Amino acid sequence: MSGPAIEYGTIDEVRGPLVIVRGVSGVGWDEFARIRLGSGELRHGLVLEVDGDLAVVQILEDTHGLDPATATVTFDGAPLRIPVGPQWLGRVCNGRGVPIDGGPPIVGTTTAPVNGSPLNPTVRQPPADPVLTGISAIDALTTLVRGQKLPIFSVAGLPHLELATQIAAQASVGGEPFSVVVAGMGLTHTDAAAARDVLEERSAAGELLLLLNTADEPVIERILTPRIALTVAEHLAFTLGRHVLVVVADMTNYCEAVREVSAARGEIPARHAYPGYLYSDLASLYERCGRIRGRPGSVTILPVLTMPAGDITHPVPDLTGYITEGQIVLSAEVYGRGITPPIDPLSSLSRLMRHGAGPGRTRDDHLDVAAQLLAALARARQVRELAELVGSGALTATDRCYLTFEDAFTQVLVDQRVDEARSLDDTLDRAWRALAALPRPELTMLPATVVAAHLGTVAAADDGAEAASDA
Amino acid sequence: MTRDGAGAAGRVRRVNGPVLEVERLRGVAMADLVEVGAARLPGEVVALRPDRVTVQVYEYTGGITPGDPVVALGRPLAAPLGPGLLGGVFDGLLRPLSGAPVWLRPGVTRVADDRVWSFEPVAEVGQPLGAGEEIGRVTDAGPLPHRVLVPPGLAGTLEAVRPAGRYPAHEPVATVGGTGVDLTTWWPVRRARPYRARLDGAVPLTTGQRVLDAVFPLALGASAAVPGGFGTGKTVLLQQIAKWCDADVIVYVGCGERGNEMADVIEDFAQLADPRTGGRLADRTVIIANTSNMPIMAREASIYTGVTVAEFYRDMGYHAVVIADSTSRWAEALREFASRTGALPAEEGYPAGLASALAAFYERAGRVSTAAGQEGSVTVVGAVSPPGGDLTEPVTAHTQRFVRTLWSLDRDLAYARHYPAVTWAGSYCRDADAIGGWHVQHGDPGWASRRAHVVALLAEADRLAAMAELVGVTALPGPERMVLLAARLLREGVLQQSALSPTDARCAPDRSAALTDMVLGVLAACRDLIEAGVPATTIEAVDFSPVLRAREETTDAGQVERRAELVVAGLAELR
Repeated sequence: MSGPAIEYGTIDEVRGPLVIVRGVSGVGWDEFARIRLGSGELRHGLVLEVDGDLAVVQILEDTHGLDPATATVTFDGAPLRIPVGPQWLGRVCNGRGVPIDGGPPIVGTTTAPVNGSPLNPTVRQPPADPVLTGISAIDALTTLVRGQKLPIFSVAGLPHLELATQIAAQASVGGEPFSVVVAGMGLTHTDAAAARDVLEERSAAGELLLLLNTADEPVIERILTPRIALTVAEHLAFTLGRHVLVVVADMTNYCEAVREVSAARGEIPARHAYPGYLYSDLASLYERCGRIRGRPGSVTILPVLTMPAGDITHPVPDLTGYITEGQIVLSAEVYGRGITPPIDPLSSLSRLMRHGAGPGRTRDDHLDVAAQLLAALARARQVRELAELVGSGALTATDRCYLTFEDAFTQVLVDQRVDEARSLDDTLDRAWRALAALPRPELTMLPATVVAAHLGTVAAADDGAEAASDA
Repeated sequence: MTRDGAGAAGRVRRVNGPVLEVERLRGVAMADLVEVGAARLPGEVVALRPDRVTVQVYEYTGGITPGDPVVALGRPLAAPLGPGLLGGVFDGLLRPLSGAPVWLRPGVTRVADDRVWSFEPVAEVGQPLGAGEEIGRVTDAGPLPHRVLVPPGLAGTLEAVRPAGRYPAHEPVATVGGTGVDLTTWWPVRRARPYRARLDGAVPLTTGQRVLDAVFPLALGASAAVPGGFGTGKTVLLQQIAKWCDADVIVYVGCGERGNEMADVIEDFAQLADPRTGGRLADRTVIIANTSNMPIMAREASIYTGVTVAEFYRDMGYHAVVIADSTSRWAEALREFASRTGALPAEEGYPAGLASALAAFYERAGRVSTAAGQEGSVTVVGAVSPPGGDLTEPVTAHTQRFVRTLWSLDRDLAYARHYPAVTWAGSYCRDADAIGGWHVQHGDPGWASRRAHVVALLAEADRLAAMAELVGVTALPGPERMVLLAARLLREGVLQQSALSPTDARCAPDRSAALTDMVLGVLAACRDLIEAGVPATTIEAVDFSPVLRAREETTDAGQVERRAELVVAGLAELR
């Protein structure tokens, strides 16, 4: 960006998304490049390698129609920076941050490098306090904590995008300044349109930035999309003091883009042909969440990914799981029963929940209720397996209460319309209605006084029947 | 340590991520340090050819251009070892992070130690001193006396020593055999510090975690690995060991792990009272934080830095524990580097040298007689994060060959909220017999038989449970049903241990033994009842919650024993 940029017309080789430029000087690794085609069309790229006077440039769009004889390349002189600030809020852009909402380009005097810098671990403030999603199953059992990264693991065909947009549309942080950044990667046009539709209201209110890279847009562009989202989010959070929720979907598409670039560069493949550095690459995104000691604001990341063939040991969910602090797992089996969102509470976990829920943060009874719900669900599942083996007639009365409880839990608490935002009180009260199906002595994780306060002193069996019929 | 030729500048030729090729750089040796570009990014020489030097850079190389200068420093990657390590937080190259900027941009972290320390001489001028012998002490460097030793490789007469007073870290406080000795000395991290001899016999490291101390113990100076998929509680278990084990010094290496987790460790350790010294736990801990988004090559170095720091304290005669979370991320750094230099890949893209690199790391553990003849030890505990929980992947498979103790974490146990999720089927301890011998001499002659009993009971229960799934529990004979019952009591009442519990996060060995004995006693009593003709269903219906709650509700072995008597007496009433 300093001095007149030199225009190189010396493209030697084009291979997949890569262009090799000869005769360059002063070009640094990871610099941003602009490629002007003979037709005048402008494309963008990143320097992947420099060797003497050779530069290998990865084109973000694609290389179709690029004629080495007529195209020229200029280099920015620095790794890519983008303008940052509140002017992004309320906008809809493509995966490279170019507006597609008919508005003016996004400009600003403050810029930041899209790659970010690692946060000094000693200034990190451990996450605390909740981001309330308005989704009962998440708020009650896997509370999202400010500064956390909590992915949604899904499989193809489940409504994970609907869930993600619903969270983006209705999440809140109890009245403090709050913004949402949504980065969609490799979405179909139908999904993209649906997301725009759901998020329109929040976007119009100037609380939301939407970055959309659709499935037919260049794959390589996807490498940039989450970085733009996080760079904007970091500035909103740590300079402007807002709480920012970043929703990135679908990370599986992102990882495929990384794999494609790696293959084009001829790198040695690791598991499933993903590059060996996929973990570090994902970490360079996910680790941009957090809070900083002595500053207001937080970045919370909610990545959404589809597990190819439902395989949780596939590198994308596996490496994600190693970096993130828990996971929300969607289940085809739950969806098959007509429940939305189809969350499987027993395989879902928010590791930081105890920092985000409970006395002073949500409600005094929250953590105990959550522990009791999970314990009871685990028991209910065992009972259901047993019932399948021996027949429900052989179950004890207590065991049958657990089955009633599970039904009430699913229908009263988990099942929720996609346009329904529930308050935390509503969510926890629904949890109590489900717990009412259980005999009192079974509620071992809840202090007796709390049980009495919420369920009164009536006989448990009647309560159970009531909750079930209520459902 | 500086050789001739330091300061000669070369020029960058090729940049591929953290790997550079440099031209015209002369007078460098393998593994020498260099500084790259105007920002003076640190890097290390990893390959030498007649016309090219390959360098791995420890920071983000964005913007580095062919033609940028590269300066050889003429010394290998070394860590400054001295007072001020305890209680500190450092990056993978042992550069202090406390006080560093909020955002770690390339080139901002520097080793700049301008603190002064109170030094008191111990040796007298004219005294002959060998390597590792004590010259004096620093009295204000944490709860442990910080001994200033004659550095390895140096010996001679103490020609001069400064009087008691306050001195900066990088200034000689003594002259031995013509060489000045600073309070802080440098040591190349990839080389093990020398010692006199390895010591025979096994002394257990008490971790305060029942399943470890009673079933899969770790000896001082041995090595352990903790493989486990995500969500199996690996990090919590390592943190518990760091908090409660009875070593003198803890070196916690966060190697390619989560930033929030590191923040948690730093905050936790700063708040926790140290049961041994009454101060803060952080005061005898060295934290090396190289989170997953920090430069990957510094992650590669952080493991060696950590074990070097531990050896430094070992040489002062202390027991140090290195906890590395996670060695898999370190191996990934090795793989990334190998791939960028075009090395031939072996298994899953890892370099062929992976196994020997792992072996060399774990072999730096040891209980030794130091150069000055004192006893000290370095115990290594490494987490392994197998991709997809696959224990046959190269890092896990190789690690298992080199460690003495394996604590395998199991996802099914973790999902059932059985923490620590150490599986009895997949874990082992190769020093168990030797540790049993130690316990015989130190007041617990029943340790080995108790452990054998527990291991056999758990294995038998697993076998029976598999059978019960087929035929139903009620089809099993009474004695077998008692085994299943006792195994459940053992799992829930002894092996499970809550890291969050104020009373049970740490369990003393005698209380741990008492809890186990209680369950074994209950089993014996139940078997007697079966023999006396009491139906198994009746015994199974007994409320065993006093046994299960004992771990939370008792604080010493005596209370457990009294409770055990009551439970057994209650059972006798069933006759």
